[in-house]
Amino acid sequence: MTVSIQLEVNGKPVQAAVEPRRLLVHFLREDLGLTGANIGCETSLCGACTVLLDGNAVKSCTMLAAQADGASVTTIEGLARNGELHPLQEGFWEKHGLQCGYCTPGMILSANYLLAQNPSPNDEEIREGLKGNICRCTGYHNIVEAVKYAAERMS
Amino acid sequence: MARVLGTSIKRREDPALITGRGKYTDDLKAAGMAHAAIVRSPYAHARIRGIDTSAAEALPGVLAVLTARDVAAAGIPGVVPVGWLLPDLKTPAHPMIAADTVRHVGDAVAVVVAEDRYVARDAAERVAVDYEPLDAVADVVAALEDGAPAVHEEAPGNVAFDWEIGEREPVDAAFASAAHTVELDLRNNRLIPHAIEPRAVLASYDSSTGEMTIHMTSQNPHVHRLLMTLASLGMPEHKVRIVAPEVGGGFGSKIHHYADEAIVGLCSMKLDRPVKWTATRTETNLTDAHGRDHSTRCALALDADGRITGLRVDTAAAMGAYLSTFAPAVPTYLYGTLMSGQYDIPAIHCHVTGVFTHTTPVDAYRGAGRPEATYVVERLMHLAGEATGLGPVEVRRRNFVSPDAFPYQTQVALAYDSGNYGPAMDRALEMIGYDDLRSQQASRRDNGGKQIGIGFSSYIEACGLAPSAVVGSLGAQAGQWESADVRVHPTASVTVYTGSSSHGQGHETTFSQIVADRLGVDPEAVEVIHGDTDLVQFGMGTYGSRSAAVGGSAIARSVDKIIEKGKKIAAHLLEASAEDLEYEDGSFRVAGSPDRSLALGDVALQAYLAHNYPDDLEPGLSATSFYDPANFTYPFGTHVCVVEVDTETGSIELLRYAAVDDVGNVINPMIVDGQLHGGLAQGIGQALWENAVYDESGQLVSGSLMDYAVPKIHNLIPFELDRTTTPCPHNPLGVKGVGEAGAIASPAAVVNAVVDALAPFGISHIDMPLTPEKVWRAVNS
Repeated sequence: MTVSIQLEVNGKPVQAAVEPRRLLVHFLREDLGLTGANIGCETSLCGACTVLLDGNAVKSCTMLAAQADGASVTTIEGLARNGELHPLQEGFWEKHGLQCGYCTPGMILSANYLLAQNPSPNDEEIREGLKGNICRCTGYHNIVEAVKYAAERMS
Repeated sequence: MARVLGTSIKRREDPALITGRGKYTDDLKAAGMAHAAIVRSPYAHARIRGIDTSAAEALPGVLAVLTARDVAAAGIPGVVPVGWLLPDLKTPAHPMIAADTVRHVGDAVAVVVAEDRYVARDAAERVAVDYEPLDAVADVVAALEDGAPAVHEEAPGNVAFDWEIGEREPVDAAFASAAHTVELDLRNNRLIPHAIEPRAVLASYDSSTGEMTIHMTSQNPHVHRLLMTLASLGMPEHKVRIVAPEVGGGFGSKIHHYADEAIVGLCSMKLDRPVKWTATRTETNLTDAHGRDHSTRCALALDADGRITGLRVDTAAAMGAYLSTFAPAVPTYLYGTLMSGQYDIPAIHCHVTGVFTHTTPVDAYRGAGRPEATYVVERLMHLAGEATGLGPVEVRRRNFVSPDAFPYQTQVALAYDSGNYGPAMDRALEMIGYDDLRSQQASRRDNGGKQIGIGFSSYIEACGLAPSAVVGSLGAQAGQWESADVRVHPTASVTVYTGSSSHGQGHETTFSQIVADRLGVDPEAVEVIHGDTDLVQFGMGTYGSRSAAVGGSAIARSVDKIIEKGKKIAAHLLEASAEDLEYEDGSFRVAGSPDRSLALGDVALQAYLAHNYPDDLEPGLSATSFYDPANFTYPFGTHVCVVEVDTETGSIELLRYAAVDDVGNVINPMIVDGQLHGGLAQGIGQALWENAVYDESGQLVSGSLMDYAVPKIHNLIPFELDRTTTPCPHNPLGVKGVGEAGAIASPAAVVNAVVDALAPFGISHIDMPLTPEKVWRAVNS
C-alpha cells in the first residue's frame, strides 16, 4: 500500500507514492538521492538529519514522508543559490566549524532556522539554539564562531 | 613563496561536506543492492537452544537468513581475531556469528538479507531464537570475585591476562620510608565512542571475478582487509578491495575489525550481489568497542620535600566479552608505560589484570590507555599537593623532569625524547590569572554559596606507537610504520598516496601543506589520495595521533627522495655536479651561480620525456617511503579547569578551561586547535556526563542518546588555547601529534577542579561522571 504525496523539495515540485511508514529522511536520501541529510540516531536526538520544513528546522528521521505532503522542504543541497555558498556554509568553512562533516548539514540548517528567528544572536543564544544537534568532533567552539560569522555576513 | 607550513589554510575537504555532496558509506548505492539486518542477543549470557528462521524467510522480499550454521557451511575461518598478544593471554574464539552461546547483549546470532531496508528489519524481528538465559557478570570487579559467572571456560576467574611493568621491591621500599603517602581507589568510567556516523558497510562480491569491493567506515582499510580476509572470510587478500569513503568520525571505534562487517561480506558472497548494512544508534552502542572501564587502586609516596619516591598502581581493566582488535595493548603498553607522567619518579610498579565481562568489548577509544594513566597520575598529584601542603602547582613543578634531563628514561620502558614542562605550566597560570582566582576562591569559601575550584592536569602523551621491531616484541601483530607514495607529474603537479586514512582530521589539507612546503609548490597543486586499498599500497591507517608524525614523515621522506633524484636530472641538464645543486622554492640551482637554475616543472617534464637524461637513472619522478619512526613522540602540556559547584544542588558549571599544549611543530594551527577542542569535549564529557551503565543482568542501561549524555553545545564553553613548541627531535617534520591530547588531559583537570572546590567539605575524590547526584551525596555524607 502506498500514499501519494506532493511536496516541494529545494524549490522543485516532487510527486511520489510512498509506503505510509516511509520516513522522510529515507524518502529524501534513497528516493530523491539527497544524501546530505544524514542519519545518526533515528530517534530525533542527534540532529544530523535536520531539514527545513516550511522554514522550521525538523528532524527528518522521526517524520513520515507522508506527513510532508504539501510542505516545502529545504535540504543542505538546496541552500547554496546560483553557485554561491550560503553565509552559513561559508562560515563553517571559514571558521573550521566541521571536521568529519556528518553532523554539518543538520547543524547548518538548524543554525539557519536560528538566524531566521534571531538574526544577531549572542554566544549563549547560539548555544541554546543549537542544542538539538550533536557534534562529536569540534567541541562546538568553532561552530559558535561559524554562526557568528554568518550572522555578521547576513546583517 | 609564502610559508605554507604553520599556516591556517582552509580545509579543502569542506566544500563537499558543507553542500551535502560528500559521500559516506550509507550514501552509496550499487546496482542490485540488498539490505542486511542483524539479529542480536537481548541477553548478556545465554545458551542458544535453537533458531527458527522460517517466519523470517517466509516474508516477501527476504533473500536469505544466515546463522552460525551457514558460517560453518561456508568453510571460512569465520572468526574475529585479536591483533595484540600478551604473554599467557587467553584468546577464546570470537565467532562471527554466535553458535551456541551469546556473551553480551548485542552479540550477533543471525542476519537477514532483504530487497528493502524496512523488510530486512521486519524479518529480523521474525527470527525466533530459543535462549536459555544464564547468569551474567557485567562489572569488572564483580567478575573477579570467587564464583562469578564465567565468560569463557578457557579463562578461569575471567582473567584474560595478568601483566605488570616496573619493579615492585623499590616501590615497596619507597613507601616504607615515605614522609607523605596518598592513595586512591577510583573507577575510570566506561565510555561509548559515539561517532555520529554509525558503522556501515556495502559489500559487493562478484563471483565472475572472485573479487569483492567493500566500502566501509574504516580508519585503516588495509588493516581491515588483512583481518577480514585472513581470519573472517578466508578470501585471498588481493581479491578484496576496501574503500573508506567519507568517514563520519571514529575516535578509535572504526579501527577495529568487527563481526558485523564480516557478516555482511559473507552475505554478499552467498547471494553474489551487493549487500549494505548500516548500524542503528542502538546497534553502534551495543557493538562499537567501548572505552576505559577500569577499577584502580593507586598510591604515591613522597619525601619530606614533596619529591615523589614511588608510585604503585593496580588496575582491573575490562575487556568485555571478547578480545577486540587491539584490546590487550590498551590497558598495558598504552597505560602502564605512561605512569611516569611529566615527573621524575624513581620507582614505579603497575599491575594490570585484564578481565572478561558479559559486556560489549572494550578497545582503543580516543586516548586509549593514556587518559586512564593521566587520570591516575594527575589525581594523585592533586592529592599530593594537599598532603604535602605544597599545593597543585608547586608539587608538580618540583617533580617535573628537568629540561636538561632529556632524553629521559622512565621506570616504565618509555624514553622521552624531548620535553620542557615548566613553560607550559607558567603560561597556563598566566592565562587563567591564577592568583586572582585563588583569592576569589578564598572569598567564596568565607561567604558560602557556590564554590569555585581550580584543577590542573599536566599530561604526557605517547603518540605514533613505534618502532615496529619494539612493538612487535611487545606482542603487536602489526607493524607501526606508515607508507607514502609521492608522484610528481610531468606538469609538476603532485599526487600523494598515503596509508593514513582521514575520518575528519583534514589529512588532505595538512598533507598537501607538507608537500607544498618541502617541494616549494602551491598546495593547490597537490592531490592527496587515501582510504582505498586498490589505490594505495599497504598502510597502517589513522589512530593513536599518528598521522602527522608517522604518515606525514613518510610523505616528507618521499619528497626528499624526489628532490635528490631531481638534483641528478637537473645536474645533467645544467652540466653541473649533483653535489653542487641546491633546491629552494621549487627550483634546482647551482650553488654560487644563481642564474643557472631549473624549475621543478622543467626537471619533471624531462624526467618523463627522458630525451636528455642521465644514463644511469630511471625515468619518472616519484618516490615511495615506508617510514618506521625511531621512537614514539611525546606531546605534553598543562590544562587548567575552573568550575563553580553549587553545593546545595550538586550541579557543576564550567567557568574557564585553559590548555597549553606542546605538540611540536604545527602544520595547520586551525586544525590543531580543532583537534584539541574535540578532544576536550570528549574528556570533559567523560568527567561530567558520559557513562556506559550496565545493570546486574548485563543490560546496557545507557544505550541510547536519551540515557548516554554526549556533550551538547550548551553544556560546553569556549576553550582558551595556547602552545609552547618543543619539536620532536627524531622525525623530519618535528611534529608530535594532537588528536588525543584534549581527551587525555581534561578528565583529571575537571575532577581536580571539582574536588578542589569541595575541599572545605573534606572531599578528596568522587568517581566520574560527576553528576549532580554524586556531588550532592558527597557534600551531604
